[in-house]
Amino acid sequence: MAVNVDLTTIWAFIIAFAVFAYVIMDGFDLGIGILFPTFEVGLERDRAMNSIAPVWDGNETWLVLGGGGLFAAFPLAYAIILPATYPLIIAMLLGLVFRGVAFEYRWRDPGHRRYWDVAFTGGSLVAAMAQGMTLGALLQGIEVVDRSYAGSWFNWLTPYTLLTGLGTVAGYALLGATWLVWKLEGEGQDHARSLGKKAAWATLVLMVGVSLYNVFLNAEYAERWLTAPEIYFAAPVPILTGLVALALLRALSVERHSKPFWLSIALFFFGMAGLGVTMWPYVVPPGLTIWEAAAPERSQIFMLVGVAITMPLIIAYTAWAYWVFRGKVTNEGYH
Amino acid sequence: MFEQFDALLLARIQFAFTVSFHFIFPAFSIGLASYLAVLEGLWLKTGKTIYLDLFKYWLKIFAIAFAMGVVSGIVMSYQFGTNWSVFSDIAGPVIGPLMAYEVLTAFFLEAGFLGVMLFGMNKVGKKLHFAATLMVALGTFISAFWILSVNSWMQTPVGYEIGASGQYLPGESWWDIVFNPSFPYRLVHTVIAAYLTTAFVVGGVGAWHLLKDRTNAHARKMFSMAMWMATIVAPIQIFAGDMHGLNTLEHQPQKVMAMEGHFESHPDGAPLILFGIPNSEEKRVDYAIEVPKASSLILKHDLNAPLAGLDTIPDDEEPPVGIVFWSFRIMVGIGFAMLGLGLWSLVARFRKKLYDRPMLHRAALVMAPSGFVAVIAGWITTEVGRQPYVIYNLLRTADAASPLDAPAVAASLLAFVVVYFAVFGAGVWYILHLMHKPPHTGEVGVKRGDKGPIRTAGITPGPSQNPGDPDTLPRDHEEATNGR
Repeated sequence: MAVNVDLTTIWAFIIAFAVFAYVIMDGFDLGIGILFPTFEVGLERDRAMNSIAPVWDGNETWLVLGGGGLFAAFPLAYAIILPATYPLIIAMLLGLVFRGVAFEYRWRDPGHRRYWDVAFTGGSLVAAMAQGMTLGALLQGIEVVDRSYAGSWFNWLTPYTLLTGLGTVAGYALLGATWLVWKLEGEGQDHARSLGKKAAWATLVLMVGVSLYNVFLNAEYAERWLTAPEIYFAAPVPILTGLVALALLRALSVERHSKPFWLSIALFFFGMAGLGVTMWPYVVPPGLTIWEAAAPERSQIFMLVGVAITMPLIIAYTAWAYWVFRGKVTNEGYH
Repeated sequence: MFEQFDALLLARIQFAFTVSFHFIFPAFSIGLASYLAVLEGLWLKTGKTIYLDLFKYWLKIFAIAFAMGVVSGIVMSYQFGTNWSVFSDIAGPVIGPLMAYEVLTAFFLEAGFLGVMLFGMNKVGKKLHFAATLMVALGTFISAFWILSVNSWMQTPVGYEIGASGQYLPGESWWDIVFNPSFPYRLVHTVIAAYLTTAFVVGGVGAWHLLKDRTNAHARKMFSMAMWMATIVAPIQIFAGDMHGLNTLEHQPQKVMAMEGHFESHPDGAPLILFGIPNSEEKRVDYAIEVPKASSLILKHDLNAPLAGLDTIPDDEEPPVGIVFWSFRIMVGIGFAMLGLGLWSLVARFRKKLYDRPMLHRAALVMAPSGFVAVIAGWITTEVGRQPYVIYNLLRTADAASPLDAPAVAASLLAFVVVYFAVFGAGVWYILHLMHKPPHTGEVGVKRGDKGPIRTAGITPGPSQNPGDPDTLPRDHEEATNGR
């Protein structure tokens, strides 16, 4: 699997970066939404919400970059994947509607706060599940005839996609719990830590399940992972994932700051690297490669100039916004 | 065959519904972001707390409107792929990059600085906070720039080549694509519309509180500022709209024919049809009230200039006349009503009676939502006027849709309708609730919880969700930088 560095490859990595940034950053927002019902009504919920209120909007923007970037850089893939996963995408969007407005509404309307809390959790859960199932639907392959989706509108619903959906929900919950370990103190932190352990085990079990399923799902995927010489490139991914998983489980028992969160991100990073090895060079398995779906060179160059100029700035001011709101969320001193 | 037609119609209804709903929020937040920047700037410059109070009053409303704009906007960025996949495939190489630029230069900017704008004044100090407000306002404008460039390219496509698989590919110059012929006019007309929409909302809220208590200094200030906008900007908008219309006549004549209700050509001076009922079957306007030759005067600046009518356009290339004819009249009618209110307020202002004219305040209250109606009507005029094409003269709407079954599109449309009315209905209700409270001295900002909002670990405790609260404001610059 030689990788020629051309514009299309660069764009594949840019989209992958946007998706990764989204999964990490909105992942912990959505994870907090998923775990929300387990938090005590009152201070614990308010603090969890306040720990992400200043940043969630920026986090969600990476989803627009992932979708918009796919449209711009691989328009054919965008035009195939979205109709193929139509109900999932619609469900995700509606989930994100409920999740997003709940941030504002729950403070505006204490009388109905518990309903908006339900909307916050429901929206987060639906969005996470739909995103994971979309990924699964992509990996299991999409039927394409004559530049458009040729399957029916329920092909995305299989045991495999349910597994990837649950895996994503568990993974987001892990990110959310470890974020809260970082941002909270005292009882709230202890609670987040115990949730983090459960979420970590669930994530690891489901990751293994999805990986095994991948190898059995598709002869080509199996060959990629299990035969020489490919195995030499692919093998470090599961090995490193395992090491990270051990470190994470240990950190969740002893650490009181950001370490579990960074290790969770590392876990996602290797999970995503594994997906990259599995899919490459297809953008829509089993038949459409990134080169077949790519936008023309003029579009790629025009956008690359924009990315080169704006991305460092975006990363800089995003980092600044996080820095402004750094530290533990507490309420001491206001009573 | 019928199945296909139904899926297409449903997809069109879905796009019209989701985009109309979405458009309401940016139309308000583009103007409101700038208004907030003006208020904060005036506060920093003059030190008068009335500006800070008004800033915080409108910031709470902005937070809700912006959240609704964001979540309804994300839906739009996926609608192209879900319901219009053929369009996405064919036009993606040209318009995709423009939309990617919107994300990179506008969405991140808005979202990245929004948190600091809403919650960060105590953490970053006044000047950096003002910079964050300016960045959010700038982001809303840049967003309008790119998305209107995309829309304008679909109205007046230039600078493209046709690829082997039928795709439209970018030509040599992106400049030609971005600054396509209708773009400058549409950008100016739409952004001014957003400012006017906000001005009339602000004016209406001010008027409402003046009707209850005409001595309320905060209500007076916002009413006065809004009426200055109406007085100065409404005439500019009418002029900009006229220029936009002339540009449309040049590039999309059949849209103007439909707007004017000109079924027939008029070789020596076309009448201006003020009102009437377009009858597309008989190809005439029933019960028309006309001003002879006035249309030629407006569009050609010559009473006797010939104007072609829809009889010169093949039937299958005509837009639906009735919708365009009516939506155009609603937009223009509101534009002139805005001008009228602006002039009325000017007269009252010169007589020193701006705050003592209940009739004027009632009129401003009635016209508070008029900007939204005008914006939607204008949008319908330009979008329906482009039909039957999605990309003017190149790609028909009927050929652009996704290969979906009608039940799938119907189910998602139903879900959008139910969710939007419930969720955005609640949001609008919360906004009205906030507007109902009179603005007052010592206004609090965006509150988070009753006990205490987020703060960072450090030396200085202090609620940060309450930018500029007199109790929590940093007392001097040193404390502002150290007191994190």
